[in-house]
Amino acid sequence: MENTNRLCRQRVGRLTGIQRHIRKYWMLHLMAMPVVCCLLIFNYLPMLGLVVAFKQVDFSLGIFRSPWVGFRNFEFLFTTEDAWVITRNTILYNLVFIVLNMFLAVSLALLLNEIYSRLLAKALQTVFMMPHFLSMAVVAIIVFAFLSPSNGLINEVRASMGLDAVNWYMFRSVWPPLLVFVNAWKHIGYSAVVYTAAITGISSEYYEAAMLDGATKGQQAWYITIPYLKPMISIMLIMSLGNIFRGDFGLFYNVTQNNGMLYPVTDVIDTYIYRALTTLNNTGMGTAAGLYQSLIGFILVMIANRIVTKINPDSALF
Amino acid sequence: MKHSNLQNRIRPGWNALITLLLLAGAMLIILPLLLVVIISFSSADSIAYVGYSFFPSEFTTVAYSSLFKTGRQVLNSYLVTIAHTAIGTLVSMPVMAMYAFVLAQPNFPAKKFYTFFLFFTMLFSGGLVPTYMVNTNLLHLYDSFWIFIFPSMVSAFNVIILRTFIKTTIPDSLFEAAKIDGASDFVVFTRIVLPLFKAGLATVALFSVVARWNDWFTGMLYIENPKLVPLQTMLTSIQQNLDFIKRNAELANTQEGQDLLKSLPSDSARMAIVVISTAPILLAYPFFQRYFVRGLTIGSVKG
Repeated sequence: MENTNRLCRQRVGRLTGIQRHIRKYWMLHLMAMPVVCCLLIFNYLPMLGLVVAFKQVDFSLGIFRSPWVGFRNFEFLFTTEDAWVITRNTILYNLVFIVLNMFLAVSLALLLNEIYSRLLAKALQTVFMMPHFLSMAVVAIIVFAFLSPSNGLINEVRASMGLDAVNWYMFRSVWPPLLVFVNAWKHIGYSAVVYTAAITGISSEYYEAAMLDGATKGQQAWYITIPYLKPMISIMLIMSLGNIFRGDFGLFYNVTQNNGMLYPVTDVIDTYIYRALTTLNNTGMGTAAGLYQSLIGFILVMIANRIVTKINPDSALF
Repeated sequence: MKHSNLQNRIRPGWNALITLLLLAGAMLIILPLLLVVIISFSSADSIAYVGYSFFPSEFTTVAYSSLFKTGRQVLNSYLVTIAHTAIGTLVSMPVMAMYAFVLAQPNFPAKKFYTFFLFFTMLFSGGLVPTYMVNTNLLHLYDSFWIFIFPSMVSAFNVIILRTFIKTTIPDSLFEAAKIDGASDFVVFTRIVLPLFKAGLATVALFSVVARWNDWFTGMLYIENPKLVPLQTMLTSIQQNLDFIKRNAELANTQEGQDLLKSLPSDSARMAIVVISTAPILLAYPFFQRYFVRGLTIGSVKG
């Protein structure tokens, strides 16, 4: 008897708990609804669509009635040379981008901080940020102005020196360094902003004390500024390593003019998936490649976050 | 001390060297942009004669006047880009700000769930193909203007920046005080939070404007109707067609190839489109630079 009584009271208590929660917070739930709906439709629904990776899609039957084929789409993907090429290209390009851009962005921030004229430093920062505001469609045309086989600036200069014109869009070996350059050109000014802000946040007392002890500006940068930036740099590095499986579609598709001749050195996972969807019409394999990318990317971000949490819990993503 | 440098500066020699180095770097950015502008003002004869050059043999504004005279497509695309940018930003900002407000609540039991619900979309995604199938087969957004608005309505990254802005600019006690006075959450949001974090809203709105103005991908994937092609997508497709013809020498000599080539804008007209599509952003952003810098530093503090 007493037991049932207590049970009843508990249940009543729990019910009123939920009721109390709703009475108190219904407005907040309502305010969250638009975003929840958007995410459900445009982000979570496609995740369900990943089942297509295990199906042979027949559009006359519809996705749900299409036959299951187990891992055949994955077998098809990984038995071709393509899977290896796109994985290698994506990882190698990203590694170079991450390390080089980090080095250049930090250097740029350090140098901008040292020149005498603050006004010039500000103007230069504005100029260095400019490429960030260009779309990859525009960047591709700028590159084309230099490399165009018929009218490009480089071939015109070569002609004036008596050299033959080169069709750069057929010339594989220039592309890896060129894409690295374009990527740095577009991004370092913007990445440097974060470091510039961090440097201005360092207390000037450190530098004054170091100066009184006779430290040169070079020594001050090496023993004060760099160590101060180090935690930030390492966290940014680890976080970007977590994204190493994601290629910059615009860079590899637009700037290379999506030229098939260049695929061995320019094809990345993202461009491959795009072709699987639009030209190969192989939805099953495209989805399989997408799942491969998302899954490994997810694992990498989790690992990166675990490492960051160990170094500095405040900087962890979650 | 030999160099009694009381102002703690680098030596003048180093200053000159570093300044020169930075100016050279700035040239590396300005010159390619300048080249595009110069090509847009070069005459067809000049391009045939000296190619794309910093020193054309003849200047002309014919590329621009032809765009305004015959460039119905350009004007149309401009309007699509403006609509994409304006409507998209106006619709998505309040929606994202409300969610950010929910995530910034000091004690809301479901906050953890909502944060995870948003955050998970940054970690894992269905990928391009399933997204495409949902948007076209299920929602029938193919070749519809709304493809520019709805799928990009929520940017998880922007919501998190907004949340951080609210948390850093508005003290928790203010929420509590307003609640004790009997204000509902929505009233707290509209009357107290929105007026206080205008800078945060401006920052994220600018991020959204730039992303939408420069979006060429959505149009390339989902739009066929020429009336709905945004500027940046138009640039991409012109470039692709041109390249396709140039790469296929046989095609270039056929009637079909010649017709296609003629239908495309001339070299200088193409560069003129680049100029008119990019100039608004490049000329405007220096005035808003501090917002970008602020947003970036806040975004990097807590991603």
